[in-house]
Amino acid sequence: MAILERITRNIDNRYWDPGTKAFPVKNRYTAGVAGQWFFEELKENGKIYGSRCEDCAVTYVPARIYCERCFKRLEKEKDWLDVGTEGEIHSFTAVHRTKTGEEKEEPSLVAAVKIADGLLIHRLAGVKPEQVEIGMKVKAEFKPKDERQGGIEDIKHFKPL
Amino acid sequence: MRKVAMVGAGMTKFVRRALETPKELSYEAAKTTLDSCGLSLDDVDCVAHGTAPDAFDGIHQNGEYMACGSGGWNKPTMRVFVGGATGVHAIAHGWYHVASGLFDTCLVVCEEKMSSAMPHAQGFFLTIFDSITERPLQPNLLWIFALEMNRYMERYGYTKEDMALAAVNNKRNGLKHPASQFTDEVTVDDVVNSEMMAYPVSRLDVSPVSDGAAAVLLAAEPVARRLTDKPVWIEGVGWTLDTAYWATRDLSYPRYLDKAARMAYDMAGIREPHKQIDIAEPYDPFDYKALHHLEGLQLSPRGKTVELLRDGHFAMDGNMPMCPSGGLLGVGNPIAAAGTMKACELFWQLRGEAGERQVPGNPRLGVAQAWGDLMQVSSVVVAGI
Amino acid sequence: MKEKVQVSGGTGLSAKDVSSGKIFVTDDSLDCAYAWDTGVAVNRYLAELKNGRIIATECRKCKRIMLPPRLFCELCYVPSNNWVYVQDTGVINTFSICHVHWDASRIGEGEKPHLPAVIEIDGASEGMGIMHLLNEVEPDQIKIGMKVKAVWKPEAERTGSINDIKYFKPIE
Repeated sequence: MAILERITRNIDNRYWDPGTKAFPVKNRYTAGVAGQWFFEELKENGKIYGSRCEDCAVTYVPARIYCERCFKRLEKEKDWLDVGTEGEIHSFTAVHRTKTGEEKEEPSLVAAVKIADGLLIHRLAGVKPEQVEIGMKVKAEFKPKDERQGGIEDIKHFKPL
Repeated sequence: MRKVAMVGAGMTKFVRRALETPKELSYEAAKTTLDSCGLSLDDVDCVAHGTAPDAFDGIHQNGEYMACGSGGWNKPTMRVFVGGATGVHAIAHGWYHVASGLFDTCLVVCEEKMSSAMPHAQGFFLTIFDSITERPLQPNLLWIFALEMNRYMERYGYTKEDMALAAVNNKRNGLKHPASQFTDEVTVDDVVNSEMMAYPVSRLDVSPVSDGAAAVLLAAEPVARRLTDKPVWIEGVGWTLDTAYWATRDLSYPRYLDKAARMAYDMAGIREPHKQIDIAEPYDPFDYKALHHLEGLQLSPRGKTVELLRDGHFAMDGNMPMCPSGGLLGVGNPIAAAGTMKACELFWQLRGEAGERQVPGNPRLGVAQAWGDLMQVSSVVVAGI
Repeated sequence: MKEKVQVSGGTGLSAKDVSSGKIFVTDDSLDCAYAWDTGVAVNRYLAELKNGRIIATECRKCKRIMLPPRLFCELCYVPSNNWVYVQDTGVINTFSICHVHWDASRIGEGEKPHLPAVIEIDGASEGMGIMHLLNEVEPDQIKIGMKVKAVWKPEAERTGSINDIKYFKPIE
């Protein structure tokens, strides 16, 4: 077939499927230096930590080991602080479909919660989609301590105050 | 075009599995680089960074993800992505940002976190093979290297022992590198007798899986001269890509590197690289590749490399030390970062700052090279003082 | 000589740091599948494999007879629309004896090593190899330069795939 010839019926265009259900690999992510400390506080003490760059007057949440604006190293001893477990809804969405496209029985709510100068993406609970408003104050609800594993899911969800 | 120099360099340790996230690794390398030349992030005009496949770190658009760790917040930032060749390509990429006159300084940062890939980073290479004409054969990544190594050995009558000499040389050099993930010297017997993976490749012929990052700061001539009295000039850069129909190439000779090297040497005004180059950092993910690449770099006549290696030509006290850093075999192989580590090595060696592993005789001209994608891309940088 | 090498960060973890739960990790997988269109040239290549034949294309300009067939010669960058049948025999350009799986795990006791090879197909231009597998040969008997021939699946089992050739085996 020359370069100008065309396959006109899709069925003529063969394709090859490897026959495997999925790409047979996975990833394992460490939380990092800052993440490790951040999650230890979530898990052990139910606290949310940020790190503050005084020079730039920015408090990052979750905590980081550096300021992205000026590249100062943020030290755990000096620059980390407990930012509390409350924040406000910066934005939100109601999710009506699963990731494969099926209709969900109940829409789930996901919010960007502003705490200090950071945003945490998490679930919202205890509120109906039509009641949620940007600017609404919310508070983190933690899993019981013995169920916490040192991950973002140690926070069950955020709930309006 | 303006003259461009390396004025600072820095890197993380290379480790099998790092606690740091890709961002944090990038930060450590970038921050150390800035500290090494007394600059702050404000002095950085733009960022050129690189990581190889997204799949290793397991983060789509990994460049954007790690940009803030590379110092790219609110700055012109651009990622290069040519597999294993990324680390040296990023230097060329940074070079034209500055040589063009568009920016006075450019922070070049490369990072790789291979430990994220499970069960083994190698598995993520399944789709590098042609999905229709090769992948149904259920290949694994090692095949292409084994096939190339076998053809290279056959062509010149090299033995596995010959190839192992390169591993021994590089691993010995690497023991003196403070970022190395190794602690033990190996012998030719160790390499040859290590478990066979895919003939002719045995375990110790191969560099390890690693996490790490490396960075250099590039500056235009007037800025470079203000910052340091020992700028390391980028004399030439080159890069070339050969056909992706890899099984139709002459596997015994890296044609893609031949062209890339000539491009860089032409730019640098080098006529006789085998006489003019003082130190060489050929890309060495496998021991045979170091030798294969020396030939492509025009630093050794085809088929004579083992003889020169045995004669001590490429030893630390030889005419042209090969991989004084230790290379990927001796320091570690966090893909993109490994190539940049080679550029860092040129920086330290040419300034006489490599400490215990300093090449004697005040080397003045060095070449670093990396190689990647479907064994078809090479990037070359020539640096001089 | 002053050492000024600058190294910072790169905190090494052991497998135990992770397995003991001391270091927090998150596992995830892509959970997606792909199907690839074969494209025009390879479509015909596969269709001919189903017929038990190997077909190549010839470059109009450099006259290379190319495998796998392609609609343009990537060296001359001109269309290559002349289809030619080539043999199902060839010469081993290079080979490997592979003792590990795709995920780097070792093949089991008694399991035969994989024998990938680049085979230069007779009738195609010199050096024009394809990757395939060898069989019906002891691994230590394989030599570069050995002549080999395709062993085809029975016609009824062929699907239009590179696997319609089961493997290549040495011939005298």
